Amino acid sequence: MALLQLERISAQYPGAAEPVLADINLSLGPQQLLVALGPSGSGKTSLLNLIAGFVAPSSGRITLDGVPVQGPGAERGVVFQDDALLPWQDVLANVAFGLELAGVPRAKRESKAREMLALVDLADFASRRIWQLSGGQKQRVGLARALAADPRVLLMDEPFGALDAFTREQMQELLLQVWQRTAKPVFLITHDIEEAVFLATELVLLAPNPGQIVERLQLDFGQRYSAGEPARSIKSDPRFIETREHVLARVFSQRSAATRQESA
Amino acid sequence: MSSLDVPVAAKRAASQTTPSKPRRSLSTRWISALTLATLLLVWWAVTAAEWIEPLFLPSPEAVLSKAWLLLTQGYMESTLWQHLGASLQRIGLALAAAIVTAIPIGIAIGHNRIARGILDPLIEFYRPIPPLAYLPLIVIWCGIGELSKVLLIYLAIFAPIAIATATGVRTVDPTKLRAAQSLGATRWQLIRHVILPSALPDILTGVRIGLGVGWSTLVAAELIAATSGLGFMVQSAAQFLVTDVVVLGILVIALIAFALEMGLRALQRKLVPWHGQSH
Repeated sequence: MALLQLERISAQYPGAAEPVLADINLSLGPQQLLVALGPSGSGKTSLLNLIAGFVAPSSGRITLDGVPVQGPGAERGVVFQDDALLPWQDVLANVAFGLELAGVPRAKRESKAREMLALVDLADFASRRIWQLSGGQKQRVGLARALAADPRVLLMDEPFGALDAFTREQMQELLLQVWQRTAKPVFLITHDIEEAVFLATELVLLAPNPGQIVERLQLDFGQRYSAGEPARSIKSDPRFIETREHVLARVFSQRSAATRQESA
Repeated sequence: MSSLDVPVAAKRAASQTTPSKPRRSLSTRWISALTLATLLLVWWAVTAAEWIEPLFLPSPEAVLSKAWLLLTQGYMESTLWQHLGASLQRIGLALAAAIVTAIPIGIAIGHNRIARGILDPLIEFYRPIPPLAYLPLIVIWCGIGELSKVLLIYLAIFAPIAIATATGVRTVDPTKLRAAQSLGATRWQLIRHVILPSALPDILTGVRIGLGVGWSTLVAAELIAATSGLGFMVQSAAQFLVTDVVVLGILVIALIAFALEMGLRALQRKLVPWHGQSH
């Protein structure tokens, strides 16, 4: 089973005085859905880019099952905020793209891709062109594409940020179903507090200047959804509301601290 | 309920406005057709009324009958088809050579810092020089055979394709590159599956521009040193004041250029249907 570990990670852009991230320790194992929540500038995206291997940390170690992460690779699948699908391929070819790169024969990769499309409820869309899809459908294709390559962990960069509220809720529920069925560890970043509280098994709250973890919460609302409880009843549960308000208060207290710092 | 009615009403309104659009584009085409028809009519009228000597402007009938004569018997030992074939063969060879070499070089310029450092100044140096300015040098080096003409056209087509390809490669969406990398793409797979298709719209635009430049260069080159080809046909006819062949040659040259442009536009629509659909 996959285990992703970050030990004392710091990151700094060349020429910048302050680091973007300082001393981050995280671990992501099986059955986990780790959500990083924070305002813009708190280094969420940098954190994901480090794990994906798009950028290298200035210090610290990232390992997946004990092997150090060096550059991007198929064992860490990424779902992007903008769909990042290839418009010259149809939906099926996009989902099968990772397998094509790995040299899997056509018949085999297409049957796997169809399986993944069924998993995200898009079984009838295999031969559609990318520009004929809605925003939510594109994100589902992006999720299916990442899953088809059978990564050991799944990284999601504000995957529902550009969707309307209604579609976003559907996508959150779909993600929980897929997570439950595939049993892959998921690392997701978001700036949506309700989304973070609903999805996370572990929620880390990031604060800016420099990006650091200020709070960690163990939550079980996503697991309750997976166990069969309807999303609406979870989200109206007083415990859910209490947790949400607590996280909201923490985010706001940081923000007012930050503005005080700036005005001082 | 009322919130559901809004999109339906909006859709209905949209479907009502769509029929007017094709009607408008049709009328634009009609204006163009009428312009051409008027031009032909004026040409016919001034020649039929004998306001202009046939030496300066032959009548449309004379040009048409000359076209028939050229197709069946020929001019300067070759039929119109042979002149046309000679020109098309030259530009075809040059275009094929330019596509095979300019696209990889354009990718190298757009993708690799060192390749850009070496090749970019060379291309930018020779690109603004009119091809006819270095034709004498090419003739000194390669003689007046087919090679120098094909080489001249090749050089004219090469630069636009290489530059357009490099631009296309440099503007590839970085998210798509990262997406492919995180699916395990190697450097070569990135070029083959992401960079090349992303740059294809720009490459085709480069080919369109290159073909336009190449065609005018070809005709100009044939005016100077050739024994066949459309440019040669026009030039030699002019020396003997055979004006109807000159007019015919110019019309054929224009028609070919138009057909090439239209063909490439159709190819662009077929090969890159996603272009301009990015949302």
